[in-house]
Amino acid sequence: MKESKKHSPKFLKTEKTPVEPFDPEALIEVQHLSKKYGSLLVLDDISEKIKSGEKIAIIGPSGSGKSTFLRCLNVLEDPTDGYVFFEGNNLCDLKVDINLQRRRMGMVFQQFNLFNNMNVLKNITLAPVHMGMQDLRKAKRKNALTRFLNLFRSEEKKKELVPIETNKKQIQEQAKENAMRLLTRIGLADKANVYPSTLSGGQRQRIAIVRALAMNPKVMLFDEPTSALDPEMVGEVLQLIKELADEGMTMVIVTHEMGFAREVATRVFFMDGGKIQEQGPPAQIFGSPQNPRLKDFLSKVL
Amino acid sequence: MKAKLDTFFKYLFDYGNYETVLIGLRNTLVIAVCGLLIGIVIGSFVAALKVAGTRNRVVKVISYIGDAYTGLFRGTPIIVQLIIFHFIIFRGSGINTLLEAVIVFGLNSGAYVSEIMRGGILSVDIGQTEAGRTLGLSFTVTMLFVVIPQAIKNVIPTLGNELIALTKDTSVAGYVATMDLNAAFTAIAGATYDYLVPYLFLALVYLVLVVLITVLIRVVERRMRKSERK
Ligand SMILES: Nc1ncnc2c1ncn2[C@@H]1O[C@H](COP(=O)(O)OP(=O)(O)OP(=O)(O)O)[C@@H](O)[C@H]1O
Ligand SMILES: [Mg+2]
Repeated sequence: MKESKKHSPKFLKTEKTPVEPFDPEALIEVQHLSKKYGSLLVLDDISEKIKSGEKIAIIGPSGSGKSTFLRCLNVLEDPTDGYVFFEGNNLCDLKVDINLQRRRMGMVFQQFNLFNNMNVLKNITLAPVHMGMQDLRKAKRKNALTRFLNLFRSEEKKKELVPIETNKKQIQEQAKENAMRLLTRIGLADKANVYPSTLSGGQRQRIAIVRALAMNPKVMLFDEPTSALDPEMVGEVLQLIKELADEGMTMVIVTHEMGFAREVATRVFFMDGGKIQEQGPPAQIFGSPQNPRLKDFLSKVL
Repeated sequence: MKAKLDTFFKYLFDYGNYETVLIGLRNTLVIAVCGLLIGIVIGSFVAALKVAGTRNRVVKVISYIGDAYTGLFRGTPIIVQLIIFHFIIFRGSGINTLLEAVIVFGLNSGAYVSEIMRGGILSVDIGQTEAGRTLGLSFTVTMLFVVIPQAIKNVIPTLGNELIALTKDTSVAGYVATMDLNAAFTAIAGATYDYLVPYLFLALVYLVLVVLITVLIRVVERRMRKSERK
């Protein structure tokens, strides 16, 4: 509408909405996001920006589309319409390497989803090692190509090789060191070699969180991280998330823990019927809600 | 009966023919085990394609080819496949008949294992895939390191069944001049003009093999369970 597409991206689905230029200030920008399951409209034309350092809490009744919204942010669900930008990259553009983008977006699930076939250490190091090796292979391929092309270039036109200062062993050792540092931080260093099935829910969820942290994400997405936990374990997980928030991590948290949302969030989204019905700082959302549905919701949960 | 037994043992040991039986045993095991291993590799690949649910056209086309492959190899008797490969595809290639049998049995088993593995992959919680993908791992890496190992663990009993079926199916490998167990005993039967005793022993050998495989599968199963409880 405002500006026609400059580059014409190849999109996931037949889209109706033209791309608007993204806001360079935003870490994540959502434009006219809609999601349908069959004929069920779960997300209804949501546009929103999330800045670096913000802590967003998403609240709302069951089935209102909170999880779907969160999962659209890293396109774990393909949007039916609209776009998601992360650091200026349109994640709905098939030319954008989604795996590269997801490295910088951590996600934590209600059901922890630790890899059952690996011990705790391997759970944490798997992705960083793969990332390192992939980059290493890429650099080597590039150098091989440069070397080959240099054969045909005159002396002054020869291109420089990319310096490679690492190797497989180093990548593995660094990943392991980093994992142990993270495990020590959450007090579970002694569990490095056990399998997830032997751990408590709280321990598993904290490991799932540091597994995501091991990739040095720019943003963390949490989908009801404490809903599957026994009450006595909720505290330890919330404590860890709060520490991350205090360290300045950008995060989006779907939660039913209103006290936590009030304490940690810088902005609260109230979702209902596939829309963000009301949003604002926690004091406003919890102190003087405007939307009748939000009032109704709060009266039930508080 | 005693006379027949005498002839059988005499033929087997006094004339040194037990070596043929040993070669047959080895070949049968090689065909069955290598066939299954090839089957697991092909089957996992085809199954992963089938569950990919991808938007990539190339992958989709390959997945249709996978469907055709499964249909073809499950829909025709293995003996027909052996003969087609022997007389048409490998004709004049001078390929070792044992290798030929391994390839055909591997392809055949791949078709069955692809369906077994598809079930196995679907039985692994989707959360495992999602966790891998959100960490930035590609579909292939997630499948290879997270989902398929768990899927294989879930389908070990079924794979054991497949190995047993394969072991006995190898008895048709003799049709394309591979010296398997069946061919070895058939040769004895032909030479001693007695079918009863050699075939009874043949049955006994298969039976022992199957019992051994069953025990082996149990052990593997138990090992895998234990490793996750450490
Ligand atoms: N894969 C799917 N297929 C079909 N419908 C789905 C699917 N996933 C979610 N839905 C539907 O979409 C709607 C929104 O689901 P969503 O999980 O986003 O809600 P939610 O706000 O996270 O709820 P809760 O608080 O219970 O987790 C629900 O009506 C749900 O039934
Ligand atoms: Mg939800």
